[in-house]
Amino acid sequence: MNLQLTEDGRLRHFLTIEGLDRPLLTRILDTAESFVGVGERAVKKVPLLRGKTIANLFFEPSTRTRSTFELAAKRLSADLLNLSVSASATKKGESLMDTLRNLEAMQCEMFVVRHEASGAAHYIASHVAPHVSVINAGDGRHAHPTQAMLDMFTIRRHKERFEHLKVAIVGDLMHSRVARSQIHALSILGVPEIRVVAPRTLIPPFIENMGVHVYTRLNRGLKDVDVVIMLRLQHERMDSGLLPSEHEYFRYYGLTEERLAVAHENVIVMHPGPMNRGVEIDSDVADGPHSVILQQVTYGIAIRMAVMSMCLGNPPAVEGGEG
Amino acid sequence: MKEIPQVEALLEAMCAELRDFLASQARQDPLVVGIRTGGVWVAEGIRSRLVVADPMGELNINFYRDDFTRIGLHPEVQPSMLPFDVDGRHVLLVDDVLHTGRTIRAAMNEIFDYGRPASVTLAVLVERSGRELPIRADVAGTRLSLRPQDHIKLTGPEPLALEFKQAR
Amino acid sequence: MGTRIRGGWVVDPANGIDEQLDIYVEDGLIVGLGPGPANFEVEREYHVDGNVVCPGLIELRASLREPGQEHKATIASESRAAVRGGITTLCCTPDTDPVIDTPAVVELIHQRAAAVACARVEVQGALTQRLEGSRLSEMGALRDAGCIGVSNAYRVMENTEVVRRAMEYAATFGLTVLLFPEDPWLAQDHAAHEGAVGTRLGLPGLAETAETITLARDLLLVEASGVRAHICGLSTARGVEMVAQARARGLPVTADVALPNLFLTEMDVTDFNSACRVRPPLRTQRDREALRQGVREGTIATLCSAHQPHEPDAKQAPFTEAAPGISGLETLLVLTLRLVDEGLLTLQQAISRVTYEPARVFGLEAGTLSPGRPADICVFDPERHWTLTRERLWSEGRNTPFIGWEFKGEVTHTFVGGRLVYHLEEA
Repeated sequence: MNLQLTEDGRLRHFLTIEGLDRPLLTRILDTAESFVGVGERAVKKVPLLRGKTIANLFFEPSTRTRSTFELAAKRLSADLLNLSVSASATKKGESLMDTLRNLEAMQCEMFVVRHEASGAAHYIASHVAPHVSVINAGDGRHAHPTQAMLDMFTIRRHKERFEHLKVAIVGDLMHSRVARSQIHALSILGVPEIRVVAPRTLIPPFIENMGVHVYTRLNRGLKDVDVVIMLRLQHERMDSGLLPSEHEYFRYYGLTEERLAVAHENVIVMHPGPMNRGVEIDSDVADGPHSVILQQVTYGIAIRMAVMSMCLGNPPAVEGGEG
Repeated sequence: MKEIPQVEALLEAMCAELRDFLASQARQDPLVVGIRTGGVWVAEGIRSRLVVADPMGELNINFYRDDFTRIGLHPEVQPSMLPFDVDGRHVLLVDDVLHTGRTIRAAMNEIFDYGRPASVTLAVLVERSGRELPIRADVAGTRLSLRPQDHIKLTGPEPLALEFKQAR
Repeated sequence: MGTRIRGGWVVDPANGIDEQLDIYVEDGLIVGLGPGPANFEVEREYHVDGNVVCPGLIELRASLREPGQEHKATIASESRAAVRGGITTLCCTPDTDPVIDTPAVVELIHQRAAAVACARVEVQGALTQRLEGSRLSEMGALRDAGCIGVSNAYRVMENTEVVRRAMEYAATFGLTVLLFPEDPWLAQDHAAHEGAVGTRLGLPGLAETAETITLARDLLLVEASGVRAHICGLSTARGVEMVAQARARGLPVTADVALPNLFLTEMDVTDFNSACRVRPPLRTQRDREALRQGVREGTIATLCSAHQPHEPDAKQAPFTEAAPGISGLETLLVLTLRLVDEGLLTLQQAISRVTYEPARVFGLEAGTLSPGRPADICVFDPERHWTLTRERLWSEGRNTPFIGWEFKGEVTHTFVGGRLVYHLEEA
């Protein structure tokens, strides 16, 4: 029994890529495909979720992810509630449960949750009423499934098939929920070679068990790859004794045109954003011909529209009426 | 039960009627828009006979249906494609069978989210009884009076044929 | 005039008894086994045919939460839960509020326990004042007030010099030192074992070295000071190896493992079940196997539940924000018996691990049915099946991952000082 799925295998919550199968992930990508066009029309809306109320429950601040979820909800004609909750304000456990109870009283059909604790979205999903859906917008270091799906969508748009690809994920894997979700997604979609590249201090122990090859040298890690995904390096890493300086990090792990040259000639460069130019990625690459970073943002809206519709488009549990 | 009509013959009849109708209403240079899947087949037949220059539009009304919360999203969702600007044009909306009228309601809502057409003409291959909304066809290949439990549908794309299912 | 417990199968590992015998109790003491003392008048008799009769269990380290955290549990609630699980002595840890670093707090606890009149409560004093790890506590006074040992509870001591001096001082007063091996620097901000599961779930991990490094330090200091020491809560295969080597060298070291670590592993955390958040964390299958072998071979001579009752709010939170700890008094016996069922231990060995051996850790004469000893007795039906549910728990702490587990073996009678303090009501 998978918490994320209904009894007949449809998506109810979207918490993590782990545990979902290839057909379901493909369906998400296909559904998103049909939503891409909506943003290009005069009226950028479809009435699919009209009358539904969606709450953005962000315990961690975020402008870009929150606004893409907001845009996705509005393009589906849903009503959106934005809630920024400071997790440190009150005793943590209470705050989460109490907030949930209050929201349920307001009759929201869906919560989009971002929280600093790994497992927070699972926790919330296991406590909501049966008709409510939860989408994980990022929990601690655990998962960021919508980001991973929009990355897969971007890859599919440029490379069509997953079966022959070499993909490298570069940067702070230790703390990255995006990377963990990407690894699951790439693996399930059939990518044969997934590489991670970082200094030892940023590589989580036993990550090979997730089916990836570990590299600590960037030039080896990028050789012949079709897709490079750069991760953001946060300033705190220097303070917690994991790295000496941004300068040294850029010198050995920053993506420059020169470094990128060892990859496949049609390599695409991705970044979940926001970018630290000059730390993990050079401006020449970020703005260069191989970069698809801006497109990722557009696709993010379509993917979120897809996931929201799939979760909310479930028939209610049989109550005695015909379907 | 009277004989099931041939689709080719119906298409010919529809197009003759359409030419007259569009002329009488002064609706020039129509944009042909078919509703997936059956309506698209019919629309192709009409477009080739009327010799329309503009490309054909295909509507997938999935996001406009009124039964989303009951049955969810259809698994195969091919996006709608309207490769033209709808503003100020005369739209010729085509479907295979007009029954309850809900599909047409959804289709019109969708077209209006693309822009503001000058007019919408509805042409269907079969207009059968059982309307639940106040919607009627401007041009119909044939009009049939059926019992609620009977069904008629268009199969295709090659050959196009009408299939009638009479329940006991 | 006294009590006779009749027809039970007596298992008293300390005295090598493993047969059907009657037990005679008078004035709170055991006065005979088998044929009774001459002229014994039976005032009260209990028929326990088909049941096992053993010394009352001793829970080596339990947080009773009183004084200071009565919202989690109290001495009253936990003593009652204890005797229901066949436990007649609770050794409480010093992490109360205020900490047990003065005779006054020891007195308070003894008085409360006496007022409740259920399980006995023995007190572990704090190794350092306020458990802060810098100034030695008044161990002499604590011993005289009745403390059976001194411990740093879960507050790891950074200053090696202090650890050394604390051991030497405790040795001066003949007190056993209980040590929890966890390196404070490697243990910053952790929630689970640092391994494949932790990495996949993005849970900050506690490496194996966090235990082994501090263990190495402490064992060397034990060797130097000669203090009698007990290692609390081993969780790694390497840790077991190190304790075995120390014992082979003749060090006065004992060790325990919390029972959950013998049954659960990091895999049990994959659904973020906060009931499985414990300190030390549940580790790998390999570690679990090594811990089990350690128990079998006697390197780990004692089993405990490391009882940590929590109020519901403490566990109703995402995994990394939930308080660590399992409420374990009521599963101490049955989890121990499960090891017998699984062929790891004989019944004799198993009972010894939770009666006689814990007593020896503190140098107590307890955990036996020797004539002249207080009649602290546990009687259980080894064939009775029952399922653990929330409602069934008597402890204030309902935080246990064993809810829903079916167990074999249920306590029917518990005697403390000859008095029946628990009796199973027949349905």
